[in-house]
Amino acid sequence: MDRLASRFAACKAQGRAALITFVTGGDPDVAATPAILDALVAGGADIIELGMPFTDPMADGPAIELANLRSLGSGTKTTHIFAIATDFRARHPDTPLILMGYANPMLVRGSGWFADQCKAAGVDGVICVDIPPEEDGELGPTLRAAGVHLVRLATPTTDAARLPAVLNGASGFLYHVSVAGITGKQQAAQASIELAVEKLKAATDLPIAVGFGVRTPEQAAAIGRIADGVVVGSAIVDIVGSHGDAAAPFVQHFVASLSGALLPRTQETAA
Amino acid sequence: MTDTISLPNSLRSQPDANGHFGAFGGRYVAETLMPLIIELERVYKEAKADPAFDAEFAELLRSYVGRPNPLYYAGRLTEALRAKAAPGKGAKIYLKREELNHTGAHKINNCIGQALLARRMGKKKVIAETGAGQHGVATATVAALFGMECKIFMGAKDVERQKPNVFRMKLLGAEVIPVHSGSATLKDSMNDALRYWVSNVHDTFYIIGTAAGPHPYPELVRDFQSIIGKETRAQMLEAEGRLPDMLIAPVGGGSNAIGLFHPFLDDPEVAMIGVEAAGEGLDKKHAASLAGGASGILHGNRTYLLQDEDGQITEAHSISAGLDYPGIGPEHSWLHEIGRVKYMPIKDEEALESFQTLSKLEGIIPALESAHAVAAAEQIAPTLDADKIIVINLSGRGDKDIFTVADALGAEM
Repeated sequence: MDRLASRFAACKAQGRAALITFVTGGDPDVAATPAILDALVAGGADIIELGMPFTDPMADGPAIELANLRSLGSGTKTTHIFAIATDFRARHPDTPLILMGYANPMLVRGSGWFADQCKAAGVDGVICVDIPPEEDGELGPTLRAAGVHLVRLATPTTDAARLPAVLNGASGFLYHVSVAGITGKQQAAQASIELAVEKLKAATDLPIAVGFGVRTPEQAAAIGRIADGVVVGSAIVDIVGSHGDAAAPFVQHFVASLSGALLPRTQETAA
Repeated sequence: MTDTISLPNSLRSQPDANGHFGAFGGRYVAETLMPLIIELERVYKEAKADPAFDAEFAELLRSYVGRPNPLYYAGRLTEALRAKAAPGKGAKIYLKREELNHTGAHKINNCIGQALLARRMGKKKVIAETGAGQHGVATATVAALFGMECKIFMGAKDVERQKPNVFRMKLLGAEVIPVHSGSATLKDSMNDALRYWVSNVHDTFYIIGTAAGPHPYPELVRDFQSIIGKETRAQMLEAEGRLPDMLIAPVGGGSNAIGLFHPFLDDPEVAMIGVEAAGEGLDKKHAASLAGGASGILHGNRTYLLQDEDGQITEAHSISAGLDYPGIGPEHSWLHEIGRVKYMPIKDEEALESFQTLSKLEGIIPALESAHAVAAAEQIAPTLDADKIIVINLSGRGDKDIFTVADALGAEM
């Protein structure tokens, strides 16, 4: 079992959903990122999504867009992102690490180069916002050959007719984008999330993670009761935005509130 | 300039089923948008096969846009260039008068077509991005014509620079949304239009202003703009009894150029020149994606982009807001790679010069975009024999640019 599968299995054995947390690499600067990643782990994050900054993050709302611009503004390069990943892997050998970003920075030196870098840095998976299944050939085959998952996204507009295309080649986990929209904005109604997760579970054995618009421990807990993973991004990125270099303890405190909310109720009463 | 192409199939049969023009084009969008653009592709195929759709489009182009617009022999420009050329040299120059369309540019052709598609899909709200405001005005115009709700995303800097067009759009009933993100110019207005669209896919149609974006946009925008080349072909046959030797058009995203070129792609005797904005020079700030960029992915398509070694998009610059974009339509990237169309850079200062030349010699004030094509023709015509024929696409009128030009020339208004 690879790191991602082991982590989802371990969370399942504990009767809880995995907490997946996102920050943008190099935000506010490259030097500050390792401590922020450590704070995510210390706060109880199970899986880390590390954002690769891009000048034109068109699927992101203001919080993550600003994080991208802060990162690039402070001089973050792609080589820094892989250095951050390599360093993280050395200190956290068992915590899955996912790179998330846009196609152009990933493909500018060729998909082979990118896949090699991912493998060498111990990256477990990649989420590429603007590579839909129709363009999988750009990135998917080389990543999979390198043993790196290309995580697929399902959205409220992905209907039953289209879902098989999304699942064909999907691996690692399936990321359910709970709202038709950009990151960090409105949250979907719990009922619609439940319905969507039910449909996805019927169609695949992959773990289902739910993200977009999840900002509070209460929301995370509600989603955690039905999904295998809960993704929180913009709310953490906002904390980094407010506290900059000094963000790590604030990040850890907030992430701990999320991970605490995901603990199974029986365990809570027992503790 | 008469390269013959020995590819087996028609050059007019692109893109393939997945929207690729050779290695370019495609559909690089978030999953949320995929079902919608697949639906748009289906509706467009249906519309193309429906004679009623074509008839309505043609009628609106006639009675509302004012087509066909003339193919005009620019005698004074031709003679002025011959006077500077060697004996027997100096090609004959015609202007395709897209600037005489309603709203003053070629943009309206595409907007009418897309509004018809929006109506066919049952969408009552349209959005668009705009740089200088020309596409915004054209979209607001068709929204008024079709009784649709309209939002225009425009970089905050451009809102400030282009106040008359902002007011025009408001008069036409559109809401203008200033975009503050990124560099607050055209590419950022496209980012924000995409952000809005992804959040409102159920009831909103995105009228993209140029032959770029995810498939099927580059194809359908080209098809709607191809009226330019079809008319030119017929008008030239009537005027001269033969096809032109060369077509010259400005290229930002490239919709007017592809509209002129496409009906001639399979005529090897017709040379084609796309004119990119070289801004302050290719070694300085410019907007020439082919001359100074590399293949990459942005705004839904693979195409040539201005970018750094990490794939970060770099800022474009041109005195012409319509050319001030760090990318180019994917079909142009393909035509460039196979060599069917030659692309040449023209600088701000050269365009400014030709802006004035055409105004004085022909009594036609060209848009700064079109002035780039005039500048290219001024360089090329004197090198060709006098019996050769050039057509310049005069894609828009220059009224919108008089403030920019006055500023650049240091003139008091």
